[in-house]
Amino acid sequence: MTRKRPKYLNLFRIKLPLPGIVSFLHRVSGALLFIAIPLFLAVFQLTLNSPADFDKVRQGLESPLVKLVLIVLLWGYSHHFFAGLRFIAMDMGIGMELGKTRRNSWLVLTFSLTLTAMIGGWLW
Amino acid sequence: MVERIVSGAHYGLRDWLMQRITGVAMALYSLFMVAFLLTHQPLQFAEWSGLFQNQWMRLASLLFLLSLYLHAWVGVRDILMDYVHHTVLRLTAEALVILALVGCTAWSVQILWSIR
Repeated sequence: MTRKRPKYLNLFRIKLPLPGIVSFLHRVSGALLFIAIPLFLAVFQLTLNSPADFDKVRQGLESPLVKLVLIVLLWGYSHHFFAGLRFIAMDMGIGMELGKTRRNSWLVLTFSLTLTAMIGGWLW
Repeated sequence: MVERIVSGAHYGLRDWLMQRITGVAMALYSLFMVAFLLTHQPLQFAEWSGLFQNQWMRLASLLFLLSLYLHAWVGVRDILMDYVHHTVLRLTAEALVILALVGCTAWSVQILWSIR
């Protein structure tokens, strides 16, 4: 019996399992954080420059757009953090079984989203 | 005959290990930073800049940022190797990333050691 196989990789027809989604988001969040490095350095420099610049950054945080960007980056950082810990645990052979990989993938998603919601709520 | 990718020789175990070590270093620094921010609300300039006047904090921060740049290099190169198949384009992108990260390193030193 011959099975029908896809002849090309169509991203919209590939259904990733949950650990695959977590892994892909690890990559997306990493790319996001990489792009944010110059922005981060510029703001970091401002906060340490003078009390006036420190206040300028604080005032900048009032803007909803800045808050939104910060919340997205917070999600990126926390997802990358928890997914990274998960990879290290798996390197040590922890949580490798089929059911467990799915469960700890849920944990990564839940932890990062909860943390983002908590800090985001406080920020907003 | 081993086929090697021109823009990525001698990667492998070393980069895998570097990614873990830099990741753990950044995680520890992040936990410290979260604890500091949680215990210093609302944050004042004096406390914030005072923290970085400490030589150990400057060194720890530099180590964090160097870890970040090394970690970013391995990660971004992996992404480029996966999605940019044209060798010249990929090499160009990788060179730009390296230059940007070296620039960020110099900038980081300048930021950390010009705090009054």
